[in-house]
Amino acid sequence: MITASEFSNLFQNGLNKQNAGLVQLLGLCPLLAISNTLVNALALGLATMLVMVFSSGAVSGVRNFVPHEIRIPVFVLIIAALVTVIDLLMHAYVHRLYLVLGIFIPLITTNCIVLARADAFASKNHPLHSVIDAFAMGLGLTMVLVVLGGMRELAGQGTLLSGLDLVFGETAKQFVLHVLPNYQGFLLAILPPGAFIALGLLIAAHNWNKARADQRAHAALLAAA
Amino acid sequence: MMPPSLIQIAMRNALRTGVILFAFAIIATSLLVFTFNRTQPRIERSQQAAKLALLNQVLPHALYDNDLLDSHRALPPDSRLGTRQPSTLWIARRNQAVTAVALEAIAPDGYSGDIHLLIGIDINGRLTGVRVTEHRETPGLGDYIDRSKSPWIEQFAGKSLRLPASQQWEVTKDGGAFDARAGATITPRAVVKAVRAALNYFASNRKAILASAPANKATPTKENAHDHRQ
Repeated sequence: MITASEFSNLFQNGLNKQNAGLVQLLGLCPLLAISNTLVNALALGLATMLVMVFSSGAVSGVRNFVPHEIRIPVFVLIIAALVTVIDLLMHAYVHRLYLVLGIFIPLITTNCIVLARADAFASKNHPLHSVIDAFAMGLGLTMVLVVLGGMRELAGQGTLLSGLDLVFGETAKQFVLHVLPNYQGFLLAILPPGAFIALGLLIAAHNWNKARADQRAHAALLAAA
Repeated sequence: MMPPSLIQIAMRNALRTGVILFAFAIIATSLLVFTFNRTQPRIERSQQAAKLALLNQVLPHALYDNDLLDSHRALPPDSRLGTRQPSTLWIARRNQAVTAVALEAIAPDGYSGDIHLLIGIDINGRLTGVRVTEHRETPGLGDYIDRSKSPWIEQFAGKSLRLPASQQWEVTKDGGAFDARAGATITPRAVVKAVRAALNYFASNRKAILASAPANKATPTKENAHDHRQ
């Protein structure tokens, strides 16, 4: 089973210390492509998280049957099959959302963070740990995506949650927040360079935060000594 | 020379690895086949429903009582439609009489590539609706031609080659009747031009299109089979 400290360790790694978007810088392709609005970012983040949880669970479950030499092809096979299944299910049951995320769902297969967790963690750990790790990593990525999407949407269009109706139907249109009324729009934020710039700002903020925490820890250590 | 036992071990290992990989491939494939078969009917239904919903945006439901999705035929490529490949024409009928058509057209001169349009025209040459089905215009700037982004495209409904007059078939910036947002004129200019060209195409092919309408009743099987594969 899993102890409380292992559990919290997995989450700290996923959300902060080893965050896929800010520290490992893995999975940048969807991060940059789809983070132009908050809703898109959230939807792709959740889809990626779902794939990660299932693939890590599956990889961990079969880890003792897979010879070391062919582990990568087998993991890719598992991930690709799961993504295709999710793609088909979404196409059949949530068609509207499928139309929005379109090509990005199959692209989850190529998202290196999924394979990275499968190989670096799930292939060496118990399924329960692997699933929690995948969930935490996916959550960390989703959070970065959402913040990035929110920043870009706000700077680019002056709104938040636009496109919510594509997920929840026409009635959700009223929940779109026009934060900056009569905003002229800022194209750079919506185009790919805006994604790089916004991600750079987020990484800088994360590093600054970390540096301050380290400094405080260091100071506390000196004071104690 | 390598002792045969080593080769045997290597062979056995390779065989074992191959069999395991093969087993995983079989499992993954069966999973896919199973899911595909279970979801396919639903996917087809949602695709048909989505297609019909799109057609309904350019052909008001009051105009027809036939099965729109079944009543279509191919149009040969035509420069006035901007098409380089055969496109589709849907025929709306009410009490057996043709009331309107919907056709696919392409505006080739968008800001970034082709803008795909679905254009509904009634038998008098009046637009019943226009929708952009595919485009790569700049997000937040030129993408207001997309109905999901703004109602701009609705101004075409009710227009025809006579209303506004043909020299008025321009964006306002060029002295025409079609409103366009400042800073993004190339995109609406391309759409206006493509819609006018499609109306011209309909006007000069009206007889052939309407005359061909009953013929497609006899040939639905082949075209249907083709449609389902898409």
